[in-house]
Amino acid sequence: MAAYNVDKIREDFQILNVKVHGKPLVYLDNAATSQKPKQVIDAEKEYYETINSNIHRGVHKLSEDASAGYEEAHEKVADFIGAKEFEEIIFTRNATESLNLLAYSLCNSLKEGDEILITQAEHHANFVPWQQLAKQKRLKLKFAKVNLDSKDKENFGTLDVSQFNELVTSKTKIVSVTQMGNVLGTTNDVREIGRIVHENNPSALFIVDGAQSVAHSKIDVKKLDCDFLTFSGHKMLAPTGIGVLYGKKNLLEQMRPFMYGGDMIRKVTFDDTSYNDLPWKFEAGTPNIAGGITLGTAIDYLLKVGMENIFAHEQELTEYALKRLAEFDDVTIYGPSKIDNNKNNENKILNDRTGIISFNIDKIHAHDVASIFDQHGIAIRGGHHCAMPLMGLLDVAGTARISFYLYNKKEEVDKAIDAIEHVKKIFA
Amino acid sequence: MEFFAEDMYRENIMDHFKNPRNHGVVENPDIGFADNNPLCGDEIGITVKLNKDKNEKPTIAEIKFNGKGCAISQASASMLTEQVVGMRLEDVKKMKTDEVIKNLGIPLQPIRVKCAILGFKVLEAGIFLYEGKKVSGK
Ligand SMILES: Cc1ncc(COP(=O)(O)O)c(C=O)c1O
Repeated sequence: MAAYNVDKIREDFQILNVKVHGKPLVYLDNAATSQKPKQVIDAEKEYYETINSNIHRGVHKLSEDASAGYEEAHEKVADFIGAKEFEEIIFTRNATESLNLLAYSLCNSLKEGDEILITQAEHHANFVPWQQLAKQKRLKLKFAKVNLDSKDKENFGTLDVSQFNELVTSKTKIVSVTQMGNVLGTTNDVREIGRIVHENNPSALFIVDGAQSVAHSKIDVKKLDCDFLTFSGHKMLAPTGIGVLYGKKNLLEQMRPFMYGGDMIRKVTFDDTSYNDLPWKFEAGTPNIAGGITLGTAIDYLLKVGMENIFAHEQELTEYALKRLAEFDDVTIYGPSKIDNNKNNENKILNDRTGIISFNIDKIHAHDVASIFDQHGIAIRGGHHCAMPLMGLLDVAGTARISFYLYNKKEEVDKAIDAIEHVKKIFA
Repeated sequence: MEFFAEDMYRENIMDHFKNPRNHGVVENPDIGFADNNPLCGDEIGITVKLNKDKNEKPTIAEIKFNGKGCAISQASASMLTEQVVGMRLEDVKKMKTDEVIKNLGIPLQPIRVKCAILGFKVLEAGIFLYEGKKVSGK
């Protein structure tokens, strides 16, 4: 394996040359969205300059090319996550839409008293749809507990999967869990959760929210035993407005469409409509064609660097950042205090700490921290990270959050540490 | 434009944050209101005792605030209380958010403007509520 050349990678990301308040941009808000390499930006331009047209409709060359490109992108995504066929890949706007698609489409099969199980640490995208569905249909929404014992620094933020043995009952119809939390930075052992779910209740459906994990690690849905996987293109180098729902083919075939209209139909008469084949049955209307095609380009890019290499690089940065953050007594980290150093463990991604680090400095509000970081040209997130219930459990209004991606460098961690010193000086 | 954290977190801002003026709750308030800024989780509560001399228009005799949140929200609320004490309610109502921001004298990122004007918005809403009461005769 060639050495990981971060400077070479950075050359592909023009935006990293931007100056913010006169200082070079340090982009550490990757959990919110990633930057895009020039390959992706060029692919978008090329699409509009050479084959732009509507798909599956025109009997002309451009439409044929656009349709082929768009279908090929589904295939790339299928290969990328280990899905068996491209029919199992539905393009949506983002992970949020993928999760809503599931909530809407599955709701007809749910009845009063049925249970939906999520965790305490879900993003609102994997929380509010289920909460509202539960209210409408009088279902019970249950929460798996996250370890929030502040004395247990090494395991803070981890999810004990054994509790699923009790939580998944014959009434449980849907279990939806994030693989990589966007606040705590922990990865949950979704393979084991999936096994428990299906063993306890073979008719329960298991959804994995992969919005963070798919961008940063090698995922194989065949090994995960999940029924559905949801993620967003924009967090993995692709443009905004393109997301993915993976679903097992036999399940998608049984499910009702989420939206009705053009493209999703086979035949329409005055009396009735029959639906198109997968995945088009779930892609009503003109989709984000350029977005789909460029998601394919983003995947090509990620594969060229190698997902294992990206994960390892981010682990190194995370380890370094945690070490440097530990220099401060008054910095609280909301997540495991160290990463698992068992580098040989091939299942690391299933149970580890990743490069999303939430923290607070003393009692200083996260927005003050983020504002001062911004003056240093450092983009971080400060706030509730779309996880307000979790913030309540942590008893904070918000946290500051650093999150890495393939182009980040150790020097940038050092700059973040300098910014923390500066925050402390101002608030001293 | 290049600007520095020290501009935004100027000494007087930090002084008001660390040593808030008029902090707490006034006794038997005529006006009381609290609100938060959901984006940040900033919270401000304001209570006011009025000077209600029959021949004069009501003025602010005493004002206190409490709450929690970022330095900008708390410091600006503290500065606001100093500014409005003694003022006639009708003059407070005439104040514009732009003035409140200008009085802080610091450059603010657009997203932080909400923090800076939270105290003022709470006071304004409290006054409206108070006047609403009077109008409905309760
Ligand atoms: C874990 C997780 N799930 C879901 C989402 C929602 O993603 P999107 O806003 O792209 O729909 C996010 C985005 O922050 C996330 O981090």
